[in-house]
Amino acid sequence: MGRAFVSVEGIARRFPSTHGGPPQTVFENVWFGIEEGEFVCLIGHSGCGKTTILNILAGLDRASEGAVVVAGREIDGPSLDRAVIFQSHALLPWLTAEENIAFAVRSRHPGWARAQVAEECRRWIDLVGLSAAAGKKPAQLSGGMKQRVGIARALSVRPKILLMDEPFSALDALTRGMLQDEVNRIVAETKLTAFMITHDVDEAILLADRILLMTNGPNAKIAEVVVNTLPRPRTRHDVHHLPGYAELRNHILDFLVDRSQRLAETMPSGWDPRRIPEVRPAVPA
Amino acid sequence: MRAARPLASLTLSALLLALFIGIWQLSSLTSGAGDAVVDPEYAALVGAAAASGGQTPFPSPLQVGARILEHLTDPFYVRGTNDQGIGVQLAYSLGRVLTGYGIAALVAIPLGFVIGMSPLLYGALNPFIQVLRPISPLAWMPLALYTIKDSAVSSIFVIFICSIWPMLINTAFGVASVRREWLNVARTLECSTWRTAFRVILPAAAPTIMTGLRISIGIAWLVIVAAEMLVGGTGIGYFVWNQWNNLSLADILTAILVIGIVGMVLDQLLAMATRAVSYQE
Repeated sequence: MGRAFVSVEGIARRFPSTHGGPPQTVFENVWFGIEEGEFVCLIGHSGCGKTTILNILAGLDRASEGAVVVAGREIDGPSLDRAVIFQSHALLPWLTAEENIAFAVRSRHPGWARAQVAEECRRWIDLVGLSAAAGKKPAQLSGGMKQRVGIARALSVRPKILLMDEPFSALDALTRGMLQDEVNRIVAETKLTAFMITHDVDEAILLADRILLMTNGPNAKIAEVVVNTLPRPRTRHDVHHLPGYAELRNHILDFLVDRSQRLAETMPSGWDPRRIPEVRPAVPA
Repeated sequence: MRAARPLASLTLSALLLALFIGIWQLSSLTSGAGDAVVDPEYAALVGAAAASGGQTPFPSPLQVGARILEHLTDPFYVRGTNDQGIGVQLAYSLGRVLTGYGIAALVAIPLGFVIGMSPLLYGALNPFIQVLRPISPLAWMPLALYTIKDSAVSSIFVIFICSIWPMLINTAFGVASVRREWLNVARTLECSTWRTAFRVILPAAAPTIMTGLRISIGIAWLVIVAAEMLVGGTGIGYFVWNQWNNLSLADILTAILVIGIVGMVLDQLLAMATRAVSYQE
């Protein structure tokens, strides 16, 4: 079997114990792959190390053990090819929306002329529907608009992989829905490979091709991979009417409510972290 | 605090000033010199007021006003080393402050940047900074005079040493407390160290750095007067001391007013600069 485009190979995260005891393990032996153009969501409760996994993929954090291999090469730090949409949008507050995007565009194309950078910024601003607010500072923008700038900034470097750390969790339901649809559309159009952390089940079902279910920490593991068999294109308006949606949703909710804790204590015998069982709840048995 | 109407505040300010000057004028009218009869020869020797057992009378507002007007109409005259216009003296003081302060900024901002970026250096240098910071800058004066052997350069050194600490501490603190997520943005965009330093850390820390610069200019302006009183020769501090030796209280009052106004202007300039670089999160 060949390696996936993004291949997470046995990564672990440990912290030295405070009292000289054995080190605390947040998660260990995490193996999964993301195929090119695939959208993968990781769902789990707080404290299971979801954000750490994303930061390791981004190159912002280092795994205590194991490696992440992207397109056949082990990653060694952050890269313009792996863009991050941060939970807290992380815009630079002294720059306008347009300047924030220009900062990213110039990072990708240091040799570009001013006009060329401006034209590229304009393109991304239009794409996320921010033309009227381009000259405003982040403090003057609403939460949803800030995250739109964050999305435009991440996309403007034309990454190969888009990493998202609960990008919509701080937004109200209405704005969240609109941005989910936009991200869904943009990722599909640009054929980006995407990895997203979330704890919103509906969001995962709408966006993801596969959903990784993570048990509670410490010693968190990826217990199961849910394959989303609902047909694309999916939109917020129709996804919950699709046959199989309820089964899919219930399966994930059951996991989060009950099994994530039970499995954290004892994994079923025969569970192999390198061959995580795949389930297809939406396919009638 | 509710915002008061600016016109009302201004009127009240003017009234308070008028009241103060009025009381001052009244009290200088009543405390006239005694007219005790003294030996005219003694009076000629020590001055009329001293001979009668009184003191040189405190000048009235009108006298001070006249003196201020005189200084303002001819601020730049030079009639020998001990008689130069108040504008000339101010220029000497400002020159020293800006030189010492400028050198301090050139040292403190890059050094503070490095200290702020390195927790190791921060920890290592912090004890020294904490000990050196509370030392009165004038305590360095004898050491400066001994080693530098030049009084003008010594007073510049004293300005340097007093203005460096707030700049250094604020720069280091501002750089050290740049939000981690902004640095992560720079890292994911593969920014070079220099680009991160100038395009992310510097603008992020700029308001804190400017606050340090503003504190420093205030301290430097306080210290220059005292330093020039000690060192002598030129400057507004020396002017005050010289007029004290001349027992010319009207000149001293003029100088006090000028020192206050110049200090306020320096502070406001830096406040404007701070506003220009500050941002809202």
